[in-house]
Amino acid sequence: MKKLFIILFLIAFGADLRAQEAGSVLIKNATVITVTNGDLENTDVLVEDGIIREIGQDLTAPKGVMTIDATGKFLMPGIIDAHSHLNTVDTNEGRNPVTAEVTMEESVDPYDVAIYRALAGGVTSIHLMHGSANVIGGQGETLKLRYGSDQDGLRFQDAPRTIKFALGENPTRVHGQGNGVQPRTRMGVEQVIRDHFDEALDYKRNREEYLEAKARYDRRRRGTPPVPVAENLRYEVLLDIIEGEILVHCHSYRSDEILMLMRVFNDYGIKNYTFQHANEAFKVAPELAKNGAHASVFSDWWAYKFEVYYSTAFNASILNANGVVASINSDSNELIRHLNHEAAKTVRYGMTSENDAIKMITLNPAKQLGIDDKVGSIEEGKQGDLSLWSGHPLSIYSINEMTFVDGTKYFDRETDADDQRIEVSVDADYDSAQNFEKIISGRQEQSCMEDAFYLLEESTLQE
Amino acid sequence: MKKLLFNIWVCIVVLGVQSATAQITDKPGFGKYAITGGTIHTVTNGTIEDGVLLIDGEKITFVGENARISSDYERIDASGKHIYPGFIDSRTSLGLVEISAVPVTVDNQEIGQLNPNMLAFTAFNPHSAAVPVTRVSGVTTVISAPSSGIISGKAALMDLWGYSPDSMAVKKSAALVMSLPSANRRGWWDNRSDKEIKEAYEREIKEINEYLDKARFYDQMMTAYTNDPGGKKRPDKDPRMEAMREVINGGIPVIIGVNREQEILDAIEWTKDQDDMRFIFYGVNEGWRVAEEIAEAGIPCLVNTLYTPTRGYDNYQRPYQNPGLLHEAGVKVAIATGETENVRNAPFNAGYAATYGLGKEEALKAITINAAEIFGVEDLLGSLEEGKQANLLISDGDPFEPLSQIEQVFIKGYKIPMDSRHIQLYEEFLDRDAVNK
Repeated sequence: MKKLFIILFLIAFGADLRAQEAGSVLIKNATVITVTNGDLENTDVLVEDGIIREIGQDLTAPKGVMTIDATGKFLMPGIIDAHSHLNTVDTNEGRNPVTAEVTMEESVDPYDVAIYRALAGGVTSIHLMHGSANVIGGQGETLKLRYGSDQDGLRFQDAPRTIKFALGENPTRVHGQGNGVQPRTRMGVEQVIRDHFDEALDYKRNREEYLEAKARYDRRRRGTPPVPVAENLRYEVLLDIIEGEILVHCHSYRSDEILMLMRVFNDYGIKNYTFQHANEAFKVAPELAKNGAHASVFSDWWAYKFEVYYSTAFNASILNANGVVASINSDSNELIRHLNHEAAKTVRYGMTSENDAIKMITLNPAKQLGIDDKVGSIEEGKQGDLSLWSGHPLSIYSINEMTFVDGTKYFDRETDADDQRIEVSVDADYDSAQNFEKIISGRQEQSCMEDAFYLLEESTLQE
Repeated sequence: MKKLLFNIWVCIVVLGVQSATAQITDKPGFGKYAITGGTIHTVTNGTIEDGVLLIDGEKITFVGENARISSDYERIDASGKHIYPGFIDSRTSLGLVEISAVPVTVDNQEIGQLNPNMLAFTAFNPHSAAVPVTRVSGVTTVISAPSSGIISGKAALMDLWGYSPDSMAVKKSAALVMSLPSANRRGWWDNRSDKEIKEAYEREIKEINEYLDKARFYDQMMTAYTNDPGGKKRPDKDPRMEAMREVINGGIPVIIGVNREQEILDAIEWTKDQDDMRFIFYGVNEGWRVAEEIAEAGIPCLVNTLYTPTRGYDNYQRPYQNPGLLHEAGVKVAIATGETENVRNAPFNAGYAATYGLGKEEALKAITINAAEIFGVEDLLGSLEEGKQANLLISDGDPFEPLSQIEQVFIKGYKIPMDSRHIQLYEEFLDRDAVNK
């Protein structure tokens, strides 16, 4: 009876158990792309209980630890995508230019097969982001792609909190054009941010004064009770941004708006932030470097809207050469499947070194997400997020063969089944392709604006 | 006096530099070129190590191992380099769309369901910023296609060098672009019954068939009148019907966009009844499911590889494998990105096809000679052969590899300035002048 209970328990919660389990593995004789310590040939990497314990030669596997012969293959850190909407349920809360209080926390679909397909491309972590409809949008979630686990099982433990800001066309279209409220212009965008930061600081002062007065009143029970200043989650989050507890990731394109946000952040003492997309970041690379601002960019997307018309595929290389921490992101369920080749393009466009190209999809996005002490390079003590390639991962002829998260194998090309869905709808008629999915190729969809287009549909404004 | 001369000289240099930076690129070279020492990938006649390729004007005049090169040839030393035919992207919106989110710059979607008289050639902007960006990556020739309604108009086969559409067009009218109705449910929200879907499909197909019959009748009528106008009343000219004449005579092929399994099968069925027309499929995302049927119908396919699998349960690599599986079944495939500003990624689409089953050699054909054959320009383009148009690239390695540099491109004999807005911005901003804040 007890046995049966255990079996039932395992069936019911098996996926979750797998998620919590940190794995152990010994990968032998690979060319190890450490990112921080060069490429090591014929080298072994031992992961124990999810942590890289040893990197060296002739390592032996502890008892019960799986050994993989990786002779002729390349082992690199798991790829990290600093900008993704891979498995969101909702992307935009588009009715107010500032919605700092909303989060992606409950918007994570753990059963989306897109997670598996990203794993197949060597991706181990993503930054799941709110959309770009709002100037100050929602809070993000950094995930580990432990496909098969539930929402909590996907979370990247102890990753810093993040929030999405958005400048330029998207917030001005949604709010100014679509809803007739500020901001309609880039002037308005700046003031929306400053107004809300100022309101949050006033709120903080008023709230603290109230709490002190209330405490006094509660102690003495004399005089008039103070007028309450209610707790306001939106302002609380804004204050956390000002106090540096939340990393800002800001959707932006033009160089002038990038400079604007840096001025604003300098005024409020905000540090450690990343410009997302940032197609014109290359124009202000020295200013970004001076402020320690990061940039997470596309490898080559441009011209799909006006604010990216005067951009260049050499963006990442220019940023890198100017000392800006730059990463290559996908913002796409298709591009995320081959971020290694998106990074490889920085070698073609701007002669970035191969190691720096790899860094742009591993250590640099890790820095931007504040998780570089845990992942992003192959170093002893870091977490065992790895991907194993048939050849050098920057070659178009190389194929990812295995992907590990915390030392647990989540993708293996050898045993890759045709159908990798976790959630299968029994009544769907799959053979007639009724569920033919939205095919994503190139930049057909503005994933950042998902759930926000309805706001624009009825607007009569001309583009 | 000396100082004055010096000042004049400075002025000339400064003005010269300024006028050079004012234009998108420099002038091209044109004349006689001898490319020596490189590995020549002819596509049709194997690979020649340490080869010689001669260009005289628009044409390739020699491809081989040894040639006497007279002194009037400009020599290009390609030792250690690779020479390939220029790449062809078989379906793009290049030149027709400048910024897709700005409708006034979108010229590939005319209003109306049946527009055979719309010519992409007419709307092709030779000065689109995307043209130089594309060609310096080795893509020298594209199909630019319209894309709205049932009959969208005619696609043009364009070389990516020139100052006018006329000078760039390899074929002003390369193919008619068409969509067929789908007998599939459009998605989970489509709550029509199976019967309603079937009826709608049949009704729409009937309308298309009637349109084609009308075109055939018009063609007969016009032909009859032209052959023997005596005594007959001259029929009124109909520009749309006129545009259909070269289609229903098989003069130009019809590109049909199909993706789902059922759409592909239905399209094959429908094409069987159109003996007088030639067909090409575009998209064909689920082609691998019905590759045998497509092969049997003898319809070539224009495909890419960089898209997400079509069904939830599809294996992750099916889009990458699709060209290989089609080829294996006997289908002629060519690479088509469907892109606008990033047509330059066509070689990477080919690279994926190569890696996942098509192989390097066939992938190279898919982006060169197969495309030329499908559009009937194999006597001009698609391989490095004597007498063909000089469209080629010189790279420092495998051009499907993002790590390789495309060092020089020739289009129609023109030695293309290896410059574009992207490169100019790079050169300007890589080391931004610290004085100019």
